[in-house]
Amino acid sequence: MEQTNTAVLSVRNMSMNFGGLRALSEVDLEVRQGEVVALIGPNGAGKTTFFNCITGIYTPTEGQVLAYPRDGKEKRINGMRTNLVCELGMARTFQNIRLFPSMTALENVMIGRHCRTKAGILGAILRGPGTRREEQDVVDRSYQLLKKVGLEQVANEYSRNLPYGAQRRLEIARALATDPFLLLLDEPAAGMNPQETLELKEMVIKIREEFQVSVLLIEHDMKMVMSLSDRIYVMEYGRVISTGTPAEVSADPQVIRAYLGEESDA
Amino acid sequence: MAASSILNNLKKSAIASLWLAFLTLPIMVIRVDTVEKTVTWRWMHLAYMLAGSFVLALFWHFMMDRRDRGAAARAAGTSQAASALGRVLENPKLVKPLLAMGFLVAAVFPYVFSMYQTNILISALIYVVLGLGLNITVGLAGLLDLGYVAFYAVGAYAYALLNMHFQLGFWTVLPLAAIMGAFFGLLLGFPVLRLRGDYLAIVTLGFGQIVRLVLENWSSFSQGPSGISNIARPGLFGINYSVEQATTYIYYIMLALVILTIFITARLKDSRIGRSWLALREDEIACQAMGIDNTKAKLMAFALGATLASVMGAVFAAKTTFVNPASFTFMESAMILAIVVLGGMGSVLGVILGAFLLILLPEYMRAFSEYRMLIFGATMILVMVFRPQGLIRAKRKVYKINTEAA
Amino acid sequence: MRPVPWFCKGKAVRDPPRGRQDGFMEYFLQLFFGGLSRGSVYALIALGYTMVYGIIELINFAHGEIYMIGAFMGLIVAGVLTAMGWPTLSILVIALIIAVLYSAAYGYTVEKIAYKPLRGAPRLSPLISAIGMSILLQNYIMLAQTPDFLPFPRLIPDLEFMEPYANFLATSDLFIIVTSIAVMVALTLFIKFTRMGKAMRATAQNRKMAMLVGVNVDQVISATFIIGSALAAVGGVLIASHIGQINFVIGFLAGIKAFTAAVLGGIGSIPGAVLGGLVLGWTESFAAGYVSSDYEDVFAFLLLVLILIFRPAGLLGKQRAQKV
Repeated sequence: MEQTNTAVLSVRNMSMNFGGLRALSEVDLEVRQGEVVALIGPNGAGKTTFFNCITGIYTPTEGQVLAYPRDGKEKRINGMRTNLVCELGMARTFQNIRLFPSMTALENVMIGRHCRTKAGILGAILRGPGTRREEQDVVDRSYQLLKKVGLEQVANEYSRNLPYGAQRRLEIARALATDPFLLLLDEPAAGMNPQETLELKEMVIKIREEFQVSVLLIEHDMKMVMSLSDRIYVMEYGRVISTGTPAEVSADPQVIRAYLGEESDA
Repeated sequence: MAASSILNNLKKSAIASLWLAFLTLPIMVIRVDTVEKTVTWRWMHLAYMLAGSFVLALFWHFMMDRRDRGAAARAAGTSQAASALGRVLENPKLVKPLLAMGFLVAAVFPYVFSMYQTNILISALIYVVLGLGLNITVGLAGLLDLGYVAFYAVGAYAYALLNMHFQLGFWTVLPLAAIMGAFFGLLLGFPVLRLRGDYLAIVTLGFGQIVRLVLENWSSFSQGPSGISNIARPGLFGINYSVEQATTYIYYIMLALVILTIFITARLKDSRIGRSWLALREDEIACQAMGIDNTKAKLMAFALGATLASVMGAVFAAKTTFVNPASFTFMESAMILAIVVLGGMGSVLGVILGAFLLILLPEYMRAFSEYRMLIFGATMILVMVFRPQGLIRAKRKVYKINTEAA
Repeated sequence: MRPVPWFCKGKAVRDPPRGRQDGFMEYFLQLFFGGLSRGSVYALIALGYTMVYGIIELINFAHGEIYMIGAFMGLIVAGVLTAMGWPTLSILVIALIIAVLYSAAYGYTVEKIAYKPLRGAPRLSPLISAIGMSILLQNYIMLAQTPDFLPFPRLIPDLEFMEPYANFLATSDLFIIVTSIAVMVALTLFIKFTRMGKAMRATAQNRKMAMLVGVNVDQVISATFIIGSALAAVGGVLIASHIGQINFVIGFLAGIKAFTAAVLGGIGSIPGAVLGGLVLGWTESFAAGYVSSDYEDVFAFLLLVLILIFRPAGLLGKQRAQKV
């Protein structure tokens, strides 16, 4: 897909203090349309905190978080409620998988459609033709998404019964169901073997094409990060210590010093 | 089951029985009167205790074994999903005639049975709706409301007071009760939005108690502990019914309300809103992150449950023509919770069965009526330990998919 | 007039009512010591709640019933020994010992039946089970003994040297306060210096790690329940002796209030439970004495609701952050 230089997410000078602890310090980060940007760094560098700050789970102590949804208008989303951030078009997955265990795979994805549909209590009770159409549409779309991630066979399985790799893919499908312009993946390859990681990489590339989304991902698996990302940000102790293309970053002595060189076998 | 494990269970049960007998010896055997300075010894109770607890312990260990085997089988993926009851209820050839029979019996009940029986059934039906209402809050949305009875009281006192002061009739007050219920539901919901599961439970418990205590003590408003009596029964366009006719009338009103509630609950469960409640129950953070407004969802769950309870309160007041704070204790909340838990949180049919079991059985087994609450308590423990999904395991719907390319 | 303590609302009060013409200082001291003594009992019960919550994050709904059972055990022992003609002070000692032993046994058994099987389950399950156990125990006592209020003999004798202070500090008040202090000091020493105490602290902080370093977590949890129940029993016997009657429902209200105290002080914190108990005891006493005694219970519930909504960590507790 054509990468333009228009940003979809622009984080400027963001800091996050928890009482006395400075978790994030003057972080600048930008994701441009169609890019896959990776956020890497040792454990405790503040990567997931960063995600939490831009999705409204925390309110940044300082700085600006600017989003540029599909309608093109810039929107400051500091401290915006998490569900509104999702409605705006930024959907995420979680480091420790957070699926809905006693709902089926299909239903998990259907939850993603919630913010794009509108039937209320009255609609639920009366179930007029409009509501029924909307419901069927939700079901169909969700099924299609399951197909995209290769899970259509287990559509009616409880999500807690799915194998680990399938659960990770399901989380991504659920995020996609919200029609995002930016997909935030928190360690999507964690716990996967090399084969699964390769499949995941291909899936992310395919998703970027088909759904026209930009991707910001946190990852530890260096092979995947290097081959998949357009640009990388490296964090350490809450600061961005390096940024650039994979080639640039892997040559940066700062980064090498910080932690690169370890082959992550996930 | 292997002989060695049976022997093991017998041994464990014997030990348990001795321990329980020791534990309960003073309470069950000894009766003191410190005024007369006498002591009564009831040794028979010790014998009952030894025998009874041995049987119970045996049963307990057997069920535990079964539970552990079931868990292992589930982990290994080899478990049989449906229980006997589940299989019966899913067989359409059995369900349809059962339902038809049920409707028939329900339709003619007051004319076949006495007024006394009808009153009992009305009670059961009220608890069915209360159970379904709490089911929305607890079963669907996962918000453990231990003060649910407060909304019941709101509706009951609303009718009682409006009837007493302004002579408003049943049908006039009914929608008012619904609105007040919704209002109080929102009122309770707002402060507890951020609270975690067990804290939420305690705060709602506190609210429930506060409501009851206020009703008890603010006598100028609520007539205090003596309550309000001579509440009018429901009429029809000015016709006043005799006690018998009114009972029948209330019965059919309740039947209609039950059917309405079942309809509403079933529709809600299988809807966008219902799914969002389920997501809320499972994982609040993921729910919010997927675009669902937790606040709105929680408030709606509270308000809806409260509305149903409030409407039932009005019916209760009309049925008994007398309300006082003693009807709205924590025990009531606990009982309604027991119904939801026993029936299977989230399952409509389960709640109905639970209500019938917990309300009707004690009525028909008069010999055991003293033990009713004891059995409630034991039921709650047993259900949680051995069958937390309740009588009717909730099964997720299988959707019809149009497999055309998107 | 000496305010009527919560546990005998509407029933006969042991002490004759005194007029407010006692004078401000006298009245104040009455309320102060009354609050101190009831606060001590709240603290004793609250310790059980807080220790259990600290270890397995469960609100032990049935704890109030353990307190009630302690009182009943005390009554039964007292009844039997009185009928046999034993002297009062020794009856008190024996009653306390037996009540403590039995309550500890009940606490241990309750945990094994209603909570242990649910250790891995979602949070609501053990809570519901606890509610069921509470109902079970209440009705068990009601059916096995009686639904009526039973008179409890006065086991704490009036000591002579207390005579000049009897206007605002009854001997039984003093006894309750002193015993509670002694028990709480013993508990603190236990937690701080014994092996089991250390194991309990470790398990409360991180159960998995404690298991990994060889702590027998089952034993620790049982010990927690046993100790908490023993404390509640002490409170039960003392207070019953002070008031003069018991009934199967006293556990519910006492339990809720003690839980309020535990939360007020910071759930999971032992000094918090003591602080919370005292604060609640004084608040109730002074509010009932100077404002209105009818709404006494409402104060406690209101306090509970307000703390949980606005400062769930309590006075001495730490805010626990949730990892996303």
